[in-house]
Amino acid sequence: MYSLGDIVRLLLYLVGLIGFGAFNAAYLSLLERKQSAWMQLRRGPTEVGPWGLIQPVADGLKLLSKQILLPRDVNVPLFLLAPIMVVVPAIVSLVTIPFSETLVAHRYNLGLLMIFSFGAINIFALLIAGWASANKYASIGAVRVVAQNIAYEVPMLLVVIALVMVTSSFDLVEIVKQQGGGCWHWNLLKLGANPMMPASFLIFFICMLAETNRAPFDMVEAESELIAGAFTEYSGMGFGLFFIAEYVNILIGCSLATILFLGGWDCPFGLFPGPHWFLIKMYALCFTVVWVRWSFPRTQFYGLLNLSWKILIPLALVNLLLTAVMLKLVP
Amino acid sequence: MINYFKEIILGLRTLAIGMRITFVRMFHHRVTLDYPHKTVTMTPRFRGHVILKVADAKPKCIVCMACQRACPSGCIKLDGEKREGAARKSLTSYTLNFTTCSLCGLCVESCAFDALEFSKKYNLTSMHKEDYQAIDLLQQAGGGK
Repeated sequence: MYSLGDIVRLLLYLVGLIGFGAFNAAYLSLLERKQSAWMQLRRGPTEVGPWGLIQPVADGLKLLSKQILLPRDVNVPLFLLAPIMVVVPAIVSLVTIPFSETLVAHRYNLGLLMIFSFGAINIFALLIAGWASANKYASIGAVRVVAQNIAYEVPMLLVVIALVMVTSSFDLVEIVKQQGGGCWHWNLLKLGANPMMPASFLIFFICMLAETNRAPFDMVEAESELIAGAFTEYSGMGFGLFFIAEYVNILIGCSLATILFLGGWDCPFGLFPGPHWFLIKMYALCFTVVWVRWSFPRTQFYGLLNLSWKILIPLALVNLLLTAVMLKLVP
Repeated sequence: MINYFKEIILGLRTLAIGMRITFVRMFHHRVTLDYPHKTVTMTPRFRGHVILKVADAKPKCIVCMACQRACPSGCIKLDGEKREGAARKSLTSYTLNFTTCSLCGLCVESCAFDALEFSKKYNLTSMHKEDYQAIDLLQQAGGGK
């Protein structure tokens, strides 16, 4: 079924993707620190390397050199399993992300579904981390992550279902191909298929922020209330893995938004399509994620759930119905 | 029902306003000072530990002992001698115990000869108590011999 060449190619891609994920986790954390500094009229890290560019290496070395402490009442196997469970699905999800038409580790006709199913493991991992820590703050953080992720998975999937109805494919490469040839073909502006497309992009983006537990929805961490939430008892690289996974998840979320709504590797004005356009769009979205975090305060928990159940889900349902009606009416 | 949509529109508008503010801020002037590399000049009324004023490469102090008497903590110790050919006494030692000094400034006020002033030094740290138990102000003022 698979030739040796396929397997070697897949392995090379996997190594490359792990490298890509780790590199991005490191430098998105630097971007986060730099950007937050700029927004607060500070300068951010400047001491390590030129303009602080080697700061992530210093951070990584610090985390690696620290001891992983095991508190007394901890459930040891689960406590150690959780960081692995949070980082592996994040890396695996990268496999089906197409950077260009040919630059994709494994083109899979259910790629979109696969990413969502692996994304769901993230919740389990955080729940396990919080529960195994035997710490009240960690437990509260774990309970919150479940409530929050269930609430936000619903509108996100409803929006994606509406999109899949338009594209009639789960294959990410196919979805991007349908959007080729300029920004007026992108799903974001495909108003003929569904006039609510921009709104559904907004819903997707908000849900993506909530799913990756980013501020203003970072109820899991909520450092002013829960110390570090589910990560309270983790030290050293145990914490480091959660940290990496958070940024890789942002990367995946932004990649998905790029692929589903912004035309993937397609150029907005029809010139030189290629992976560089994918990266430009993805990093622009990553920038926006950080921008949102440093603009708004954390919501309260009931506000968070209200937003989902009272606004996002009804709008997503209307969007779904509208798409169905438009599909019937517009041939 | 109309209020529901009004609330959503209002919410989106305020979010956009907030994001515009932070975006504009990214291009503002930075207020951070790279402290160890650059420092601000101290304000004129800053009180560091006292130092001796110097005129013609010699301390202006004439060893009248007024500062030693004025010091409520007893942290100033000075000594002088009458030298050949000099009209006034010359300092031979002036030590300040900075561990008990409260920077009240009575020594500066009591000096009738304008020989003492506050320094602008604020980077004062040491791992050893002895470094501040006897600061040699005469040496700092340039020996005076």
